[in-house]
This record gives sequence, structure tokens and C-alpha cells, in this order.
Amino acid sequence: MTVTAQLSDVSRRSVLAGALTSSFLFAFHLPVRAVNELAEPPNSTDRKFAPNAFIRIDREGHITLVMPQAEMGQGIYTGVAMILAEELDADFKQVALQHAPPDEKLYTNPLLGVQATGGSTSVRAFWTPLRKAGATARAMLVQAAAEQWQVSPKSCSVTNGVVTHNESGRKLGYSELVDAAGKLAPPKDVALKDPKDFVLIGKPLKRLDTPDKVNGKTIYGIDAMLPDMKFATLAQCPVLGGKVATVDDSAAKKVPGVRNIVVLDDLVAVVGDHMWAAKRGLAALTITWDEGPNARISSKDIWADLRVASEKDGVIAKSVGDVSKALAAGQRFDASYEMPFLAHATMEPLNCTVHVTPNSCDVWAGTQIIARARSIAAQAAGLSEDRVTIHQHLIGGGFGRRLEVDMIATAVRIGSKVDGPVKVVWTREEDIQHDIYRPVYRDNVSATVSGGKIVALKYRVTGSSVLARWLPPAFQKGIDIDAVDSAVDTPYSIPNFQVEYVRAEPPAVQTGFWRGVGPNNNVFAIESFMDEVARKTGKDPIAFRRGMLDRTPRIQHVLDLVAEKSGWNRPLPPRVGRGVSLQPTFNTSIAMVVEAEVDPMGDVRVRQVTIAVDCGIVVNPDLVVAQLEGGMIFGLTAALYGDITVDKGRIQQSNFHDYRMMRIDQAPKINVHLVKSGEAPGGLGEAGVVGGPPALRNAIYAVTGVALRRLPIDRRLIAEKRS
Amino acid sequence: MARTLTINGEQKSFDAPPEMPLLWVLRDILGLTGTKFGCGIAQCGACTVHVDGKPVRSCVLSVGALQGRAITTIEGVGATEAGARAQKAWLDLEVIQCGYCQSGQIMAAAALLMTTQDPDDSDIDAAMAGNICRCGTYVRIRAAVKQAASGQKS
Repeated sequence: MTVTAQLSDVSRRSVLAGALTSSFLFAFHLPVRAVNELAEPPNSTDRKFAPNAFIRIDREGHITLVMPQAEMGQGIYTGVAMILAEELDADFKQVALQHAPPDEKLYTNPLLGVQATGGSTSVRAFWTPLRKAGATARAMLVQAAAEQWQVSPKSCSVTNGVVTHNESGRKLGYSELVDAAGKLAPPKDVALKDPKDFVLIGKPLKRLDTPDKVNGKTIYGIDAMLPDMKFATLAQCPVLGGKVATVDDSAAKKVPGVRNIVVLDDLVAVVGDHMWAAKRGLAALTITWDEGPNARISSKDIWADLRVASEKDGVIAKSVGDVSKALAAGQRFDASYEMPFLAHATMEPLNCTVHVTPNSCDVWAGTQIIARARSIAAQAAGLSEDRVTIHQHLIGGGFGRRLEVDMIATAVRIGSKVDGPVKVVWTREEDIQHDIYRPVYRDNVSATVSGGKIVALKYRVTGSSVLARWLPPAFQKGIDIDAVDSAVDTPYSIPNFQVEYVRAEPPAVQTGFWRGVGPNNNVFAIESFMDEVARKTGKDPIAFRRGMLDRTPRIQHVLDLVAEKSGWNRPLPPRVGRGVSLQPTFNTSIAMVVEAEVDPMGDVRVRQVTIAVDCGIVVNPDLVVAQLEGGMIFGLTAALYGDITVDKGRIQQSNFHDYRMMRIDQAPKINVHLVKSGEAPGGLGEAGVVGGPPALRNAIYAVTGVALRRLPIDRRLIAEKRS
Repeated sequence: MARTLTINGEQKSFDAPPEMPLLWVLRDILGLTGTKFGCGIAQCGACTVHVDGKPVRSCVLSVGALQGRAITTIEGVGATEAGARAQKAWLDLEVIQCGYCQSGQIMAAAALLMTTQDPDDSDIDAAMAGNICRCGTYVRIRAAVKQAASGQKS
């Protein structure tokens, strides 16, 4: 892949200044152009064939593909490039990639209505637009060749960016057709390939972003380096929402390398020659805080309030049959499930580099929501949006945290008080203690069973509405469609079925999207409940579920497949159990079996996981498997350890010693089985997280008979009781 | 205070107090940003580098203690046989997702391969459990270490 683009104005000035550090220079020599630096704006199409927002071909034949979605490890750059190159018939080995700039007109995610990467939407949202973009460009290039040869376009074929007239064998490369094709009007309804003719889609092609990730060359936002840059780190009030009262900086000013101390109403930042100076300077400050009204808030009270709220009727999000009547007869079951606050803990801590001048603001960061990042930066700098440039980077973990722009605003507010560029880096402690957390939820489930099947099920979700804050127009009639996702569209045939939503916002704690989003909660509650009802009615958990899947053949199929592949009926050693879960999430059908061992102390070891997935047409099977493997670890980590708690208004966890992550010595074997399908592609990035926690919970239930109803798993409840 | 360290075979001179962790010297003074900041308390392994071939957490390692020692970072580990094999196996098995932790993972794996011809699962657990991967690439990391080791034998 080659580099074709020019530097942005600010970067060009930096180059002319001739004061580059070695790593900054790296940024301009990387094969994946887009990876490191915003290059020439894609809407600048001078001397290029630019038939749409996604494809640029220059006279040298360089093909640049513009990436509308952010790359944060999920492999979407490779997936998007494969889809575009497939219909374009481009040489995949020759494409260069470029981050899309903030432009809501050109790059809005059609499923979200904003320019954002999240919700397992990338392939679902862009599958058809990208195919059309590729096919349209190809049609114009073929038309240009056909006109030159005075033949019918239908008599031409394309391989690796070279148009051939089939009869005469004449050939023209895309580079030679750029000018002529650029003069043609794009055709309206261009034919897309028959999937059987795909040459790229469906193949486990190598990722485009990984070669520079094995040798330290990839420049994440936190690696941005600018001439004369300063480094800053910050402290916010340990009590959520608190303000700065007084600051004594006399000792901090004496720390070698400390240059500047920035005091804002809600935070103090120390600016220095490097992060070490900034950290030492921060430690030397004496700050008193105005803790404000939140200093009395604790998890205990948040849970008490949530439980009370969950007893009220909610807004009905889905209703089939007559639940009240049907719940009054038959064998009845009731249960409530509770989910904790969670932090994102991306491996790349929050950071943002800014250079604010009286009439410009440059921002270097990896963001999942670039247009909103520009907008908040403009607001914080007091400038119009056209004065703001966002330099997008590859992201060292998003998981929803970088769908927020609080870190951008904070860095610009600090940077406005600093001469020259400044890199603001959150310590891990600040990152965890000032996250925007996955909400706590409580789910109340009631059902009646007759003839071995659930005939009535009432499911009430109580929790914060992230959507109402993050995308207000999507919050309609009191229903958060994310909070009830995978509940309203349950795969089970239940004749009397009702889903309710109670919005209950916790005090002080900000809530946000967290990988797996609403389905994490709903699939956990529903699949845990299914196991409890199966056991109490003497049914095998898979057979019980299987009896209620007559409407959902794809789910049925993955469940059968996972039963077979996991050896569901094979005997197990003592203290080992299997648990199943299934999920209809993000247009992807997944069933999985977790095999886990519980020792007498209540320690849980996940031995292996078997996953069967039908995600429709697979763009790249290796990326699908990777998302399911990684999502599994992410979900199991939360199930085993994830718990953010509040005391006296303070988050009690601070780093990886008390906010634990699964490590390699605890990671299970994971076997993924893909179902071949011709259906439209489904989502994967979030989906892989969802089913692991309930399947693990159900495996523990199988071993111990203890019906866990809260995450994370409480080992005390499953340890053998001492008599 | 002026000091000189040997990093990836080159002499590098810089000013830093003796207690300054190597991580920030590498990243903020020398511009070697391949070594990552993850936790600052030696809990996550993202900052792993080699000192005389042994894996260490650079976020808690003072530069004052490193005079005369050979430091290798992710930018230089490809020049070692073990590092090159790890990098190749990482790409062959497409281990990486976001990649932020993978500098540290590869440094830990390379150090293991330098001392252990044929690491088994428990060797891999012991050598790699200090390195967190939030994307959850552990299944592939394990396979890649084994592949890199088997390549070493052939």
C-alpha cells in the first residue's frame, strides 16, 4: 500500500519548522496512510476520480479508500476495504486507507443517524452503501474504457483494477481511466455482484492495520508527538461532580520539569516537560475540594432506590396476548436479576492532545464519534467548527468509552491555558474513577408454565437510559430501545408476553454505552431465568429452550449445532458443569455452551467455550472468529470480576489490582463454528460479549444448584458450606 | 542530569532525574512511543521492555539503575531472533485487535522464547499472565507463542 496524500496545513507547518521527533516522522512513512495522521481531506478530490465519499483513484493508479467507521481493534478497516474493493474489482494489495474526516453529510452511520462507530452496526449499516459505492465506481471506469474502445461495457471485464475487452484482449488500467471516468455521471441503479462471484468477501484475508502493531510503529492518539509539545495530567474531585475549592501549588512549582499549573472549576492539571514531571507535580499539589451534594451517595442507596423503582409499572415496550390473565394461572416463577456498574478500562488510557490558538484548535485523538468531537472542541475553545481540525488515530480500545467526548472537552479546556501543543493523559486511576459507567440494572421476570412451555412472561427492565442522554431523538415515548434490545425481540414463542421499561437514573454516576450494550443485561436475565425454569420443571436446559423456538429457525439451528459441537450430553468430571445461552442480538444468532469448574472454595475456572454463530454473509471469517473470541473474554471478565461501587460519592476502584481483568492463565479454549448463510450480514463487535456471562452462570448453576442472580459472580454463594 | 543509555543497540543521551521511570524517558523524551503506558503500577504489562534480555515493567523501573545495561524495546526487538519469530507468528495467526497491549505481549513472549526452547502451557501462563489484553486475544497469543517456538526448532 502506498501513501498518496498531502499533509494537513498544521502538519505541513510542523514539517517546515523542521523540528520533528523521530516518532512524529514515523507518522508520515507508514503504509496505512490513514493510520496516523489526517491527510488530505477526502472531500478534496483535485486531479482524482472521486465518484463518491469512499473511493479516490489518482492518475498513478493509487486507490485510496475512506473509512467511515473507526478502527478500534474490531478489524473494520479491513472489512470496509474488502467490501469496497470487492465491488470495485480493485487490487486489494494496492489499496491505501484514510480516516474519514468529520462530515455528517458524507459519513453518517445510517443505522445510528450520527457519524459514530458502535452498536455492532458498521457492516450492517454500510454493507449496501459501500457495495453500491464500489460498483458505481467500477461501472464508470468500465464505461470510460468501453467508450475509448467503442465497444459495449458488457463486453468488458475487470480484474485487479485492469479493464479488459474480452474479445480483443485490449487492456486499460484504472489509472488511465481516471480523467475520462471523472467526466461521466454516476449511474443510478448499478447491479451488485452475485455473492457467488465474490473473490474477496468470505475469505480470511489478512488485516491491514496489524503489520505496524507488531513493531511499535502504530501511532495511537496517546503517541501523538508534536514539536515543543508539553505533557499534562490531571486530578478531578474524587467525589463525583465535586469542584475545586483551593489549590496550594508552591511545592508543585518546585518540581523539576513542571511548567504550568492549570486550575479549572472542576479539575487541576499539571503541565510539564514529560508525564513524569506532570505526575510528580500533581502529587505535590495540596488540593481541597468542594465535594458538593454527592458526598453522601453510596452503592447501597443506589441499589435500594433501584429496587423500589423496579416495583412500579413501566412503560410497555412490547405486548403480546394477555400477560396479566395468563400469569394468574399455571405454575408460576418469579426472579429478579441485578447488574453492576462497569468501567470500560480501555488499555489506552483516556488521552487527548490539543493545540489551541486564538483562531484555531487542533485535536489529536482516537474517537468513535469524530463529528461530535469536533463540535465539543469548538464549543470548549470558543471557536467555530471550521477552525477545528480533528486528527483521528487508531484506537487502543473503545468499548463505548470513546463514543463520549468529555475527554476532548477537558483537554481543550486545559490546552486553552497552555502556549503550544499539550498532550493530556489520564492516569489509570483517573480513567477508572471518572469513567462514564455501564448502568446498574434490575430485571424483574415473572412467568407461568404449562405443558412444558412458558405460556406467559412478563419482563421489566429498570435502569438508566443512556440513549436519552446520548441520542435524545431516539428516546421516544419513554422507551429506551437499547435498554430493551434482545428482550422485545426474544427468540422464544411465548403467547402472552410483555416487556416494560422503567427509567431510573442513579444520582451522580454518569452512565454510558459499554460493549454489548442493552443486550448484556437482557440476555443475562432472560437466559438465567430460562435455566431456572427448566431445572424447576425437570427439563434439560437445551431441550426446554428448543421447544419454544418454532418462529426462529436460525436460532434453532445454532442451538442444535452448539449442542452437537459442545458434546452437551457427554459425561463430565465432578464439579464441572455446562451452561447454555442463546441470543438474537444485532441481527446475529448465537448459541454457546460454557464448560466451567467450581472448586470447594467457590473459585470458578472456565474450561472451554463452544460458540455457534449465524451472522449472515461473512465478510471475513477470521475477523468474525476474533470478535467472538475477544468478546467472550470481555464478557467473562465482567461476569467474574466487574464491579464498580460507590461510597461517600467516590468510585472505590482505581486500577487493575482492584478492577480485575481476566488474564491468559484463566482464559478458556474457545471453539467457534460459523453457519454458512446468504442472509444480510449481522453485527459482531458487541454480540460476542453478551452470551458468555449467562452461559457461565448456568454452568455454575448446573454444578452447584445455586441460582446466582447478580453479577459479578459471588464466590461466597457457591463455596461449599462448612457444617 | 545528563545520562546515556544503550537502547536497541544505540547510545541515547538525555536529561532526566535518576528516579524517573524508563517508560517516560522512552516515550516522552526519546519519542519511542511503541512502549505503552497502561497502569503505571506494573499491573498490566503494556510497558514491558527487556533489560539485558529479561522482561521488566518500564513504568516502575528508574533510569538511574540502568547505566551500562542493554535495553531493548518493541522498536528494536525484531533484530533479535526470538523477537522476529514472535512478530511473525503474531501476524501469521492474526493475534492482534486494537494492538495497544501487544508491544508488551510480544516483548514478554520474546523473553520467554529466549530462555525456553519449547514452552508448554504452564510456561506460557507464567510468562504471559502479567500482560492484560482487554480485547481478549489470549487464545491466539498462546497459539502464536507455540508457533514461534516450533519455528525456532526447525
